[in-house]
Amino acid sequence: MSEMNTPVAAKVPSPEEVALIKKFLNDTTLFLGPDPEIMQNHDLMPRSEVEDECMRKVGDAHTIAKIRDRIQAGCDEGYEMVEQMGAAPGAKWGDVITGVYSASGDLAIASAGGVLIFSALVHHPIKFIIKNWVNDPTVGVKEGDGFIHNDSRYGNVHNTDQSMILPIFHDGKLVCWVASTVHEGENGAIEPGGMPSMAESPCDEGLKMCPFKVVENYQIKRDILTFLQNSVREPKLQYEDMKVKLFACLRIKQRIEETLNTDGPEALISTLRTTMENVRAEVKRRVSEWPDMTVRTYIIQDSTLRENCVVKINCQLTKTGDRLIFDFRGSSPEFTNRATNTIVAGLKGMLAQVFLCYVWPDLPRGQAAFAPIEVITDPHSIVNCSYDAPNSQSLMSIFTGFTAGQHAVAKFLYSCPEKYTKVHAPTFNMINTFIWGGVSQHGETLGNLCADLNGMGAGATVDRDGEHALAPIFATMADIGEQELNEEEVPFLQLVSKKMTRDAIAPGKYRGGQGYTMMVATKDSEQWGFMTVCQGAKFPPLQGLFGGYACGSYPLCKVKGVDVYDVLMNEPEKFKHSIEEIMNEQPFEGASYTTHHMGMGFEISKRGELFMISQGAGAGYGDLLERDPAGVIRDIEEGLMSPGVAERLYKVKFDPTTLAINHEATAAARDAERKARIARGVPYAEFIKTWSKPTPPSHLAYFGCWGDDVSKLYMGSPDKFRDADSPRPNYMPHPKDVRIAELESRLVALGAMGGEKQ
Amino acid sequence: MKVPMTEYLRLDLDAEQWECRVCDHVIGTASKSYKEGMLVHNRDPREIHPPIIDPEKYRFTFSPDPDWVRILEYYCPHCGTQVETEYAVPGHPPLHDMQPDLPALRAQWAKREELKDAVVGPAVTADKGHGH
Repeated sequence: MSEMNTPVAAKVPSPEEVALIKKFLNDTTLFLGPDPEIMQNHDLMPRSEVEDECMRKVGDAHTIAKIRDRIQAGCDEGYEMVEQMGAAPGAKWGDVITGVYSASGDLAIASAGGVLIFSALVHHPIKFIIKNWVNDPTVGVKEGDGFIHNDSRYGNVHNTDQSMILPIFHDGKLVCWVASTVHEGENGAIEPGGMPSMAESPCDEGLKMCPFKVVENYQIKRDILTFLQNSVREPKLQYEDMKVKLFACLRIKQRIEETLNTDGPEALISTLRTTMENVRAEVKRRVSEWPDMTVRTYIIQDSTLRENCVVKINCQLTKTGDRLIFDFRGSSPEFTNRATNTIVAGLKGMLAQVFLCYVWPDLPRGQAAFAPIEVITDPHSIVNCSYDAPNSQSLMSIFTGFTAGQHAVAKFLYSCPEKYTKVHAPTFNMINTFIWGGVSQHGETLGNLCADLNGMGAGATVDRDGEHALAPIFATMADIGEQELNEEEVPFLQLVSKKMTRDAIAPGKYRGGQGYTMMVATKDSEQWGFMTVCQGAKFPPLQGLFGGYACGSYPLCKVKGVDVYDVLMNEPEKFKHSIEEIMNEQPFEGASYTTHHMGMGFEISKRGELFMISQGAGAGYGDLLERDPAGVIRDIEEGLMSPGVAERLYKVKFDPTTLAINHEATAAARDAERKARIARGVPYAEFIKTWSKPTPPSHLAYFGCWGDDVSKLYMGSPDKFRDADSPRPNYMPHPKDVRIAELESRLVALGAMGGEKQ
Repeated sequence: MKVPMTEYLRLDLDAEQWECRVCDHVIGTASKSYKEGMLVHNRDPREIHPPIIDPEKYRFTFSPDPDWVRILEYYCPHCGTQVETEYAVPGHPPLHDMQPDLPALRAQWAKREELKDAVVGPAVTADKGHGH
């Protein structure tokens, strides 16, 4: 044994030495990256001494309710300002939140409308500022300062969302923070519009703003602003919306100051803290009313937006007493070079949305509503990705994570006598819309998207059909916007819009709300293109509820080699108003008609070429044989379903001309179908003998756990996997390389490589 | 004490059994998945989500790909009610989707009155708004 290997007793450092070591480490930190201590925690900060003292002094419920309402109104006022004045389409459709944060950085009161996912994850950058900038002599936090932020690794959903954050002082002391957050769109990424699916590393994702000071003395610093404008495709929008967010914050600040003047800082601080603690306690009480149970579900993403594959979002939800635990272990490993990963805070924010929008919409909006709920994930997984993984398309994972949560929660709620909403089947969860960019008819460089992503079909509920194209899962009070207004600014038309896509259904006793068709074609620019960023062209991204079915799948259809504007001018009778007719009848001679998955990278379009998609349907609820026959006929009359499909699925018998229902024949057909089910159904024990397999199928590139064993995560094939606790790189080859290899192997098989040297 | 757990399933907390709420058929022990007492059908998803565009011409048709996903339909063996569906990767073992803690449920419901039907929950109604 050498001297080097001789164990020696470690010297315990003295307190002075510990302080010195700590100071040394703090003084020599080379890079203040995202702080796991902040980023992994979604609970409220501990009650501070100041808060404790304020709560002792001001505890009157009426006073607190009065101040809370006043602050709430101020937040709503700020929200309205951003929505009305903001230049980004996101602002106009309500993809916004404004709020007041405690001095420790917790979001205490948020605007009632807008995107409530923000309520659980905009607090992280404020906590970063508190931890790193308050005492840094080169930065500091002073009255009149404002900080900007967009890098989701430091908080928030994705780096297309920008926040403006202001500290609020009273008599020289920091009493709270206000912030305004907007989905801005353009951020200088590898593709226009702010959500690149082509990003293979965070460096492809455009501006990555950790929280930094951009406002002093309530003025935007022009040098920094110019740098930011110089980094994005929409410099005017960057400026305008920074000003809009700043002024919304200043309006909320004004409302806070009015409260400070009338009631004093102690009442304000007590109100913020009491509100959060009361909401947190109420959530635990409500959870305790649920049945103690474990519910399991999974949702499949069928692509990375670059290639089709099977990506599992695994969810086990356990309720014990007043604890509710989301366990997402077993979900797919993170993709090292694909953008569909999310930081775990994004997932938590979206799960918070389940409760704030669909379960307990009566609760005050803020961070506290999700604070006591626990979330478990594997490290470096698609729902808890690392710093080095791209996440600009995190929506794919947070939305499918949301749906897993919504599906699981419904199974707890059914038996619970205490309800604040109706039990709800999953709402459609993909942003089926067009992202666009290029140079407009006015010569402006633009990059953003159609607000139609807000047209998600709602899930059915316990006693009614889902509503069509109602609202997105991330903002139940959002709007789709006026297409005609949009067309004044962009060089394309939606030739068909708001027309329901027939037979794209989610059947059930109560059917899911349906989606509508969108057909777009560029008109007045030679430099304009589109992209789509959705999953679900092969595998539905939902599950049905209690015997109801999920939605179907939704592809992208293209028609090229045609100028439909010429067709509309010269042979208008040839133009059809449904994807079904255009693709099946192929009315434009010489044109090419193709279908694709919904992960279209940015593609320049020529005048008059058609790009066609459909919004998706929410999931159905209950056994479709229990559907009221009158509801089936209504769906036919409203163009939601063709008569043949209706009769075949719902077993409703009706006169094909008058649609008059033959109730007797319907009852007989339904009885016969129930008997047919019993005849064709296989007893479970027998069924699983042939159905269940020990590993994923070899014909699918499968990512995630298989069955109940969450310790082993497959990485694309049955013989490639990792231990859930041990991260490994998970690279995907370029889809074009894959295609070239396929074609080359065919050439080799044909002996047609021409003796090419390798 | 019996508790309606889903649209079609009920738990008998004393007998510790799953029951069908449509026909009262005893499905099986509540210590196991109710699915173990069901009939299962492996449904081609194209039958429920019909192709909207011609499958002879196109790769993507609005129908899910039957090689990628199947719909497992679970039927009550007595009345044929479709109790649950599961969109499953081919070969993926069916999920034990609802695993109740029976002693905890018994304790919880000992303080409540038995309900024949589940509480529906409040409807969203139009507010009258602010007025003077």
